Amino acid sequence: MSRAEVPIISLDGVVKSFGAVRALQGVDLACRKGECIGLVGHNGAGKSTLMNLLAGVFSAEGRIALDGVDTADRYSVAVAQAHGIRCVFQELSLCPNLTVAENARIMHASLKGIGWRKRAGALIIAQLDLVFPGHGISAGDVVGDLPIARRQMVEIARAFTVTAAAARLVILDEPTSSLDAHQAGQLLAFVRRFVAEGGCVVLISHLLGEILSTADRVVVMKDGRVVAERPAAEFTRASLVAAMGTVAREEAGRGEATVRRSGSPRVRVAAERRAGGIEFTAHQGEIVGLAGLGGQGQSEMLVRIFDAARRADRDIDVSGGVALVAGDRQTDGVFPLWSIAENITIASLARLRRGFLIDRAKTSAMAETWKARIAIRTPDVDNPILSLSGGNQQKALFARALGSTAETVLMDDPMRGVDIGTKQEVYDMIRSEAAGGRTFLWYTTEMDELRHCDHVYVFRDQHIVADLSRGELTEEKILHASFAEVA
Amino acid sequence: MTGSALSPRLLRSLLPALSLAALLIAIFWLQPRAMSYVGFNLMLNLAIPIALATIAQMCVITVNDLDLSIGTYVGFVACVGATLLSGGVGALPLVKDLQASGTLPTDLPWLLTTPLAGILVLALGIVVYALLGALIYWRDLPSIVVTLGMSFVWLGLSVVILPVPGGAAPGWIRSLMTLKPPFIPFPIIAAAVIAIFAHILIMRTSYGAVLRGAGGNPRAIERAGWSLLKVKVAMFALAGFFGMLAGLSLVGLTTSGDANIALRYTLLSIAGVILGGGEFVGGRISPVGAVIGAATLTLAGSFLSFLRIPPDWQIGAQGAILIIVLALRALIDHAEKRR
Repeated sequence: MSRAEVPIISLDGVVKSFGAVRALQGVDLACRKGECIGLVGHNGAGKSTLMNLLAGVFSAEGRIALDGVDTADRYSVAVAQAHGIRCVFQELSLCPNLTVAENARIMHASLKGIGWRKRAGALIIAQLDLVFPGHGISAGDVVGDLPIARRQMVEIARAFTVTAAAARLVILDEPTSSLDAHQAGQLLAFVRRFVAEGGCVVLISHLLGEILSTADRVVVMKDGRVVAERPAAEFTRASLVAAMGTVAREEAGRGEATVRRSGSPRVRVAAERRAGGIEFTAHQGEIVGLAGLGGQGQSEMLVRIFDAARRADRDIDVSGGVALVAGDRQTDGVFPLWSIAENITIASLARLRRGFLIDRAKTSAMAETWKARIAIRTPDVDNPILSLSGGNQQKALFARALGSTAETVLMDDPMRGVDIGTKQEVYDMIRSEAAGGRTFLWYTTEMDELRHCDHVYVFRDQHIVADLSRGELTEEKILHASFAEVA
Repeated sequence: MTGSALSPRLLRSLLPALSLAALLIAIFWLQPRAMSYVGFNLMLNLAIPIALATIAQMCVITVNDLDLSIGTYVGFVACVGATLLSGGVGALPLVKDLQASGTLPTDLPWLLTTPLAGILVLALGIVVYALLGALIYWRDLPSIVVTLGMSFVWLGLSVVILPVPGGAAPGWIRSLMTLKPPFIPFPIIAAAVIAIFAHILIMRTSYGAVLRGAGGNPRAIERAGWSLLKVKVAMFALAGFFGMLAGLSLVGLTTSGDANIALRYTLLSIAGVILGGGEFVGGRISPVGAVIGAATLTLAGSFLSFLRIPPDWQIGAQGAILIIVLALRALIDHAEKRR
């Protein structure tokens, strides 16, 4: 070990299997005070398994030492919490029916007795003030009523709150996936402060820029193993991608300004009746981006367009069918009890029937085709959808939308928490489908994804405030439009 | 925003109380004499056991389960209350028959006449409920199936205890249920006490937050280090406890037991929870609303009687009232979404 200091937790040759699948095959990792460890790797590389293990959610073979004491067989969530090890899971683990204060209490067994509600509220709000100044959340808010970005803020802040046991090691799994750039910046700055004060953070992210700017040390995982471990300063974006095992494919810059299509648009949303209102149009074969900070009305716009396709709307004209790829796949996307094949074919059942009945042969043929086309990693499409990793579930949702006859595909930040390799595959597919005449409306908070769009509408406070063609598209312009009134 | 007095959210939480008020106004308009101490006593008497059964059902609904056995369980408790709890084993019709035929002596030993037998059986009932919770959690069984099966078990046990309606409620329960406090009728005080007690227990205590959280996101509760098994056991045991109170209060009102006395309670209790603003999944419940919902359902019966609707039609009409209130709630939800 490079430093004499005893690590908060160290794993030594840890192996974890789920049935026949070996999720971790001998992982060594040590988390020390005062460092931020960046953990990167593909979907299915074993990151989630590793973090569940660190948090004590399930046991594994191998040695786990807490503060130098071997505790492998007795390790549990309670032990982890007593040692100040906290976890922010990728899929939100707040109780939507409880208030913010009550959710804080769930984490802290010591918040009880008379006045616990007030103390829990003060605790969580103080932490929110510290991490996300100007968060606009109050302790009595019911979590289910908050937008997803604020829910994620509550969850992150909760992990850093301190009652009986200090927060020493906090594991953040894709913490910025629902945050906008400003909130993500606040969080990363807080992580650096926390680390400077002697804490330890394990940061899992697909946004390599975040990892490189925030982490001291980067651990790269692939196929259940740690394949590289070096100080962050020695990595570049390209070398990091190379270490993960994907071919670093630099974007073939399609920087040329596209000609705005004329003719009747496939989707048209009338401009709002106010000064400077901008009309929203999308033509055949176009990829249109919906940009701006998170939660500024982009998702609502997609839902309005989706509704307008079936029910006449005064302000919205839509020709042809539409399909939606949901971003919040736990609630809006997958049918959790169904197989992969059933999840893919549900939108296309009208074409897959024989008489009144579903044609088994046709549905499995369609599922197999899409499994091959979009490379869903599963031995059998009749497996349950939840047997897939998050990124592969998202692929199945793409297959559902692309496999339908819909001419327009609405995408509600669908790449949240999806690894780079999968993203590249999906980008290619979107481009080829667009070339084939499909229209894509794409809400995303990532600049890299907007570069795939023919033109981009920037949203602020439920309004479209800018319309940029690809030639004009720069990060500065989008940020400028997103923050115009503040600046 | 926060400032507006009639936000859909507020309206939604007030809906149970508003429905109750509307029903009361309609009743008083039809029958002004109902607006009296005696009137309230008569109309709301039966609301006490229904409110308790509704709270029992609410405990189970909180953890995303459903109890289809609550009605027969309340009937079972009523039968135990009318026999074992008043006269011990000696009060069972079976034992009385044996005494009449001379197999058993007329003077029974203390062990066979003590009401402790009833207390023991009722405690066992709660233990059975707790075990059901554990079973549903361990084997991941659908609660509907388990409790449907149990409903036949409770009914069978009730018939064994009391083959024909009869028995006598213990005097202390009878005198409690016929209490006549000054100014405020007893059922109103009882309903308020039940509502406040359940509210503090489920909504205000720190463990109550964990119990409700287990309905909202069980995995989050588990990851935070709480035992879901304990949560399920606690909620089912609470359901057994409130169900027991429902049965005892019912037998106090009717003075004798009957295996089929509370069959309607299963559906009434579910309707009461939903009417009171609760939801079937997600741990969204309201104890105060549940008690109000139970009172509304009870009053709906009186209202329909005042309208001279024949009893045959009353159940259907009660259903119609339920649908109207739920439709109003759906409208409010819709308004909330549009904002």
